[in-house]
Amino acid sequence: MKTWLVMIAIGLITYATRLSFILLLGRMEISSPLKRALQFVPPAVLSAIIFPELLMPQGKLDISGSNLRLLAGMLAFVVAWRTKSALLTIAAGMAGLLLLQALI
Amino acid sequence: MASSRSEFLSGLKAQLPILIGVIPFGMIYGVVAVGAGLGGQAAQAMSAIVFAGSAQFVAAQLFGAGVPGLVIVLTGGVINLRHALYSASLAPYLQQLSPKWKWLLAYLLTDEAYAVTITHFLKGENLGEGTVGDAPDNPERHAAFSKHWYFLGAGLALWGTWQASTAVGITLGAVIPQSWSIDFTVALTFIALLVPALRERASLATALTAGLVAVVAAGLPYRLGLLMAALVGIVVGVWMEGRA
Repeated sequence: MKTWLVMIAIGLITYATRLSFILLLGRMEISSPLKRALQFVPPAVLSAIIFPELLMPQGKLDISGSNLRLLAGMLAFVVAWRTKSALLTIAAGMAGLLLLQALI
Repeated sequence: MASSRSEFLSGLKAQLPILIGVIPFGMIYGVVAVGAGLGGQAAQAMSAIVFAGSAQFVAAQLFGAGVPGLVIVLTGGVINLRHALYSASLAPYLQQLSPKWKWLLAYLLTDEAYAVTITHFLKGENLGEGTVGDAPDNPERHAAFSKHWYFLGAGLALWGTWQASTAVGITLGAVIPQSWSIDFTVALTFIALLVPALRERASLATALTAGLVAVVAAGLPYRLGLLMAALVGIVVGVWMEGRA
């Protein structure tokens, strides 16, 4: 029950955001400070999720060579940077992690 | 002269190359959602109700971590705030449409549909075709009048693909063993989305700050560290840009 209520709430917020200016243009303008702030939402949210996933996979900080997710994640960063391909990034990171797990 | 039908089909076609990347994302979402303990039904319904990849990934993850509902709603809402930008950007082209069309197209307004639609609209503007929905009785403007069909074609192509690939992922998720570490694909997916967004110093500073704050604040209850990190990152980005 809780799951469904939460999903519907996120859905409503998302839909309202998408509809906002399409419906209200003329009566409401997007202010430029807000516009500037919004463009930083994706990089902020994404790396706030990525960093803890890579740096603290067991729930506490681990920057040693035995942190396989950190190593595989760094490989994925390099591949993403060089290729700009989402598919290659995911494939390289996953292959890297599985290979390291098999070797170590 | 572009008819509704040909506009619809060219919108659909423009979306095809993007779908190649969307299919694995949808499948991974399905796998991860099931792995996080969301039932197949709920996982599929979220793809229709929320219909936004990154927010769905995060919500599934937070559900799995047992985070309170209000925090999941807030986090998902913040992630999807960027859609206000798309809405503002497309609004001038959609002004003449009926409310029904506006409500329908808003539902289909995703990152991917926005990307191809705004490109198409801007091209039309350069050719002097006017805005969408402009005076239907003027034959010279007719091409522009059917342009919202392009948006509809692109949006529906993405919608159908997202639902179908979610379904495949849910089926796969039930058979993939834990030892494959398939949950790691969430971080990898986000790396793939993040890196191309780091175009200048301000966004790089945003990403680094948000990432470091998230690590430092990881101990906060209810995973509030994520929200806090995102907000601090955004503030730093705006400040850096203002200095440049």
